[in-house]
Amino acid sequence: MSKYPIFNDDMKATHTILVPDMLPIHFNLIISILRNNGYNLELLRTSTQTVIDEGLKNVHNDTCYPALLVIGQFMEALNSGRYDPDRTALMLTQTGGGCRASNYIHLLRKALRDKYPQVPVISLNFSGLEKEGGFKLTVPIVMKLLYAVLYGDILMLLYNQCRPYEMIPGESEKVLHKWEKILQDNFSKNKFMGTAKTYKKILDDFAKIKRNKVKKIKVGIVGEIYVKYSPLANNHLEDFLISEGCEPVVPSLLDFVLYCAINTVNDGKIYGFKNKSTTLFKIGYDVIYSKQKQMIKIIKEHGVFEPPHDFEHLRQECDKYIHQGVKMGEGWLIPAEMAALAASGTENIICTQPFGCLPNHIVAKGMARVIKQGFPNANIVAIDYDPGATKVNQENRIKLMLANARRG
Amino acid sequence: MKKYSLGIDVGSTTVKTVISDNDKTILYSKYQRHFSKVKETVTEQLNIIKDQYPDAEFRMAITGSAGLGLANSAELPFVQEVNAAFIAVKEKYPETDVVIELGGEDAKIIFFTGGVEQRMNGSCAGGTGAFIDQMATLLGITTDELDTLSMKAQKVYPIASRCGVFAKSDIQPLLNQGAKREDISASIFQAVVDQTVAGLSQGRKIEGNVLFLGGPLFFQQGLRNAFVKTLKLDEKTACFPQEAPVFVAYGSSLFAANSEGEYYTPDQILSKIANGKTSDNVVTGERLFENRAEYEAFIERHSKNDLKYESIESYSGDAYLGIDAGSTTTKLALITPDGKLLYQYYASNKGQPLDRIIKKLKEIYTLAQGRINIAGSAVTGYGEELIKAGLHIDFGIVETVAHYKAAAYFCPDVDFIIDIGGQDIKCFKIKNGAIDSIMLNEACSSGCGSFIQTFAQALGYDIEHFSNLGLFAENPVDLGSRCTVFMNSSVKQAQKDGATVEDISAGLSSSIIKNAIYKVIRAKSASELGNNIVVQGGTFLNDAVLRSFEMELKKNVIRPAIAGLMGAFGAALYAKENSQGTSSIITSQQAEEFSYTSKAFQCGGCTAKCNLNMITFNNGEKHISGNKCEKGAGKKVETGKNCLYEYKHDLIMSTNLKPKDKPKAKIGIPAVLGFFEQLPLWCRFFTDLGFEVVLSSESSRDMYYKGQQTIPSDTVCYPAKLVHGHIADLLEKGIDFIFYPCMSYNLEEPDTDNHYNCPVVAYYPELLKANVPELDEKNFKNPYMDLNRRKHIVDVMNDVLKGYNISKKEIDSAFENGFKALDDFRKNICDKAQEIIKQAREENKKIIVLAGRPYHIDKEINHGINKLITSLGMAVVTEDSVCDLGNLPELDVLNQWTYHARLYKAAEYVTRNKDMQLVQLVSFGCGIDAITTDEVRQILESRGKLYTQLKIDEISNLGAAKIRLRSLMAASE
Repeated sequence: MSKYPIFNDDMKATHTILVPDMLPIHFNLIISILRNNGYNLELLRTSTQTVIDEGLKNVHNDTCYPALLVIGQFMEALNSGRYDPDRTALMLTQTGGGCRASNYIHLLRKALRDKYPQVPVISLNFSGLEKEGGFKLTVPIVMKLLYAVLYGDILMLLYNQCRPYEMIPGESEKVLHKWEKILQDNFSKNKFMGTAKTYKKILDDFAKIKRNKVKKIKVGIVGEIYVKYSPLANNHLEDFLISEGCEPVVPSLLDFVLYCAINTVNDGKIYGFKNKSTTLFKIGYDVIYSKQKQMIKIIKEHGVFEPPHDFEHLRQECDKYIHQGVKMGEGWLIPAEMAALAASGTENIICTQPFGCLPNHIVAKGMARVIKQGFPNANIVAIDYDPGATKVNQENRIKLMLANARRG
Repeated sequence: MKKYSLGIDVGSTTVKTVISDNDKTILYSKYQRHFSKVKETVTEQLNIIKDQYPDAEFRMAITGSAGLGLANSAELPFVQEVNAAFIAVKEKYPETDVVIELGGEDAKIIFFTGGVEQRMNGSCAGGTGAFIDQMATLLGITTDELDTLSMKAQKVYPIASRCGVFAKSDIQPLLNQGAKREDISASIFQAVVDQTVAGLSQGRKIEGNVLFLGGPLFFQQGLRNAFVKTLKLDEKTACFPQEAPVFVAYGSSLFAANSEGEYYTPDQILSKIANGKTSDNVVTGERLFENRAEYEAFIERHSKNDLKYESIESYSGDAYLGIDAGSTTTKLALITPDGKLLYQYYASNKGQPLDRIIKKLKEIYTLAQGRINIAGSAVTGYGEELIKAGLHIDFGIVETVAHYKAAAYFCPDVDFIIDIGGQDIKCFKIKNGAIDSIMLNEACSSGCGSFIQTFAQALGYDIEHFSNLGLFAENPVDLGSRCTVFMNSSVKQAQKDGATVEDISAGLSSSIIKNAIYKVIRAKSASELGNNIVVQGGTFLNDAVLRSFEMELKKNVIRPAIAGLMGAFGAALYAKENSQGTSSIITSQQAEEFSYTSKAFQCGGCTAKCNLNMITFNNGEKHISGNKCEKGAGKKVETGKNCLYEYKHDLIMSTNLKPKDKPKAKIGIPAVLGFFEQLPLWCRFFTDLGFEVVLSSESSRDMYYKGQQTIPSDTVCYPAKLVHGHIADLLEKGIDFIFYPCMSYNLEEPDTDNHYNCPVVAYYPELLKANVPELDEKNFKNPYMDLNRRKHIVDVMNDVLKGYNISKKEIDSAFENGFKALDDFRKNICDKAQEIIKQAREENKKIIVLAGRPYHIDKEINHGINKLITSLGMAVVTEDSVCDLGNLPELDVLNQWTYHARLYKAAEYVTRNKDMQLVQLVSFGCGIDAITTDEVRQILESRGKLYTQLKIDEISNLGAAKIRLRSLMAASE
């Protein structure tokens, strides 16, 4: 029980901060930003069986798969000898909602207690949890992180739209890496605000990739945030879809940021109160949303690629199926994204979720029926991810979904 | 050269091939079990085709769950199997509305009419061919015999249909209680039907012309009948095609015919398959033994832990008999006063434990020829009560005590015992000569002995041979540590990737061990277990399992040579220690004359309507089993005075009063989830405002079935699934609208970080609205509310009730009264708890805080566990009746859910009361309890208390619960 070590100011100089793998493109940018601010971050990329085994050993096995993987990845790293436990800290994101995910950080501390009691855990959150400690999100850092999400999104978006069609294998990846480097550089020079110009350059570069005109089936990926994005968790779902001749359509991370921001605003509206955070979050939401609109506008004007879905429109779609009061986990965002995908022509949708995910009973499997009523051609399959679920089982179900898609 | 189309369907258990010609006629077909030798079997069939069609070439496609890997590695065309079925149905039976296909491990459904839709079972769903195989193994018969038996059934028992593991734990007690095998057989088929209908239809009705496909439906008449009856079909609408077993292969050949694919000769296909590269992603574990010498040293070391033996054919004098009537096996041990073993027996009970034991008792009497005096006898295990009653055994003891007795005989300072039997994993820590904590496997993870056995048989081996294969496996596969259903698919994947039977055998042994250590014991490191570890149970007789265990722990353990017999041996030791010199066990004469009849009936004592089984012995004595309380056994019951559960349930249900005047409207409230706490508030609120509240009827299994078709997620908890039935019930009651608010937040609980509801409790109304077709904006109101904000809820209710002419002021005062009613209710419960505790103390009874959620007072959810506890002579109170007396201990987790915060405080309260214990009720699938259980355990154990957890689901078998509770009693004495 009791006191856990806190990441203090001195540790900034001495400690390596490990970050679990989730969204490779975004996380690379975020890490370089935090590095420039003096935090020595490192992204974990281990995806061996040991990660799962360590997870099973250290977390209650009925806990959700993301917790198991993230904690497993940390424990594997600490056990591996690659890091000195006396000079290592761990970082986890925390959203603070009514879902189990808010407890990941506590489960991690529990897992560390016996073997690595000296290792501090840093919570990366925007809801005021765990304020103590030497890791501080200053306004300039938060701004940079926001821009990292924006740039990460446009890179991911264009990369996904090019890769399935590229004539020279690997070209899309080359462009991606080139821009990752440029952007990291820009952040370090504090020259990251010029989104309009940068977007256009990025768009031009991706547009230069030679692409064939074959018509491919578009498959949307929605679901629990970690499983949706992390190749470790979803058994490299995007790669699998590409190998099956499909184009994966992955909604942007900004959607989740906007979702979190508007939930606080919604709470005030639904429950009839106003306070500092509802006001602040409303301002934040408006700013971020205007950045999304700018990106959409530029992509549209450029005319080659599909822009991300307008978030306000996404919310309108949502209202047809579920109340925006459903805010635990990914909440209403999942049916909203399903509807938005279907409305914009991606009617084949994979809903990824950890086995036994509580909010997803309601917002994923629970909403499939009404979404299908709204979009009779929608072809939705829910896939459970779990340490015991086998790839063959998952792929067979996805193949069935694709067979339906090809017929339709 | 002639040109044909070839379809190859490689399923989880069989390979099917079909050749069709240009007219889409089937020229040739073959159906064969592959016993996991996928490549070999396909090759064999292709060779036959080569001989029969020497001058032909084929457009071809492979299909099936195990076909995917084969097709990929050989670079041959593949078609998803449901799609293949779809094509064949369109061709042959175009008038079909719905197709139901059961395969070895998959269940599929295709809707044709009203929007084509194809579905497969999710990753956690049994109810397929493999499930029927497993159940037949459990009964010790073939599937054909199961089918024949099922036709003679008179009665169908409810069996959990979700997954094989659950069904097993329903069937086992029925077997042990002596239920008829005919009835059980039919019940198994009915479970498969229910699973298919509920799990796959998800709100879509199965009607019109239904086509049934797949091996099990083709070969098993009883299963077909059950489907026809349940779906209300007739000869015209139910179609069972002749070609059912090879139908998907046929579809695959049609797919090939329509494809623009290449033509291959059989030789070309054979060489592609032979040269196919196997993928390299099999995860391999460590080898069990590097060489023969290492194995022999291992055997030598373990052979030291053996008993002394004495011949029953020459010994004369006193002897003590121990019987372990386990779930799948029966064990007997007869010992001399100095602990020598005279007679032992260990075998599967084939579902007839009583018959087995009486046969063996007769054998003992014959062998002893009057020289031996049985001076004491004891029985333990699932079948304890039945055997004790039937054979007049002196003592019935709980399994944990029996096992400890036996283990201590071999290792007096044993501090950890692990027993893996056919159905259970049991572990106990020993401290200061007493059982300190008990861990048993959950219903979901019984990756135990019977699993290897069933698996061995499915692969065509006997268990001994199969597990020995693993001893020298080159590259054991890593199969994960989940429940059996998952393991099945892990094995399937390993086979696909080219693992040998040897590798799989070794992998299974290691899986069982990992399951035990990390899921059941939840150990982080081997040193946690203890220094002196005794392993027992039949499964440890398997050298591969034992070796895996030692390797995982990196420590040597003690396996007595009689590892499978320990329960019986312990019982015999108990009998010896407690013997009065003579035993009441039936005599040789009585054993010869012994016979019994069994009769199944339903108890009418209360709403639980337990399925009872009455066994009448030849001397006229009766034994009733299946009952949850003493009432069913024909005994007088103590009233609910020792139990807060029933009191609370009755009290909350009685808070709804009919209004005096004609009501403004009838408002339906489902008695579910959060309402089990908030009813007093809402009943008072609405009645005050001149409405009549209509509550849904009491939960029951039938109620569950009533709403079953609208459940979209089959892995949600049972309390949530039940809601669908309550909604259906309310809609029949003529209400104006159903009121069921969404609540992200619950009432504030003192000292917490937040006061959320769990996502399921919070938002279930949204799911109902989206999945129950009868609900609309008018008849279903689910406003969002936070009860802690008075002004806001007044506004919300003003909006909900607009049109009824009610002022905000009236609403506000109705809330005032409502909250007061809620406070009164809670106070009443707390006072009653103190009364029960006081009385228990006067009567010197132990007190159990049965801690769960408010909705666990629903009798269909708790399955009468509270009654079981009172029948064991203890008093029961709820967590919310004592939590206010507890101090919030320091926690390691975020304390952000209202209901769960109470658990922590109640646990702390229990630790300060010597005569109290806490038993946590956990609904299967409750994700939040994955967090709370570890925390509650820590609060209790760090303060010297035992932790007991009971997992509950739709299963109403209380056998496992009873063992835990009795062990808890034994341990706390």
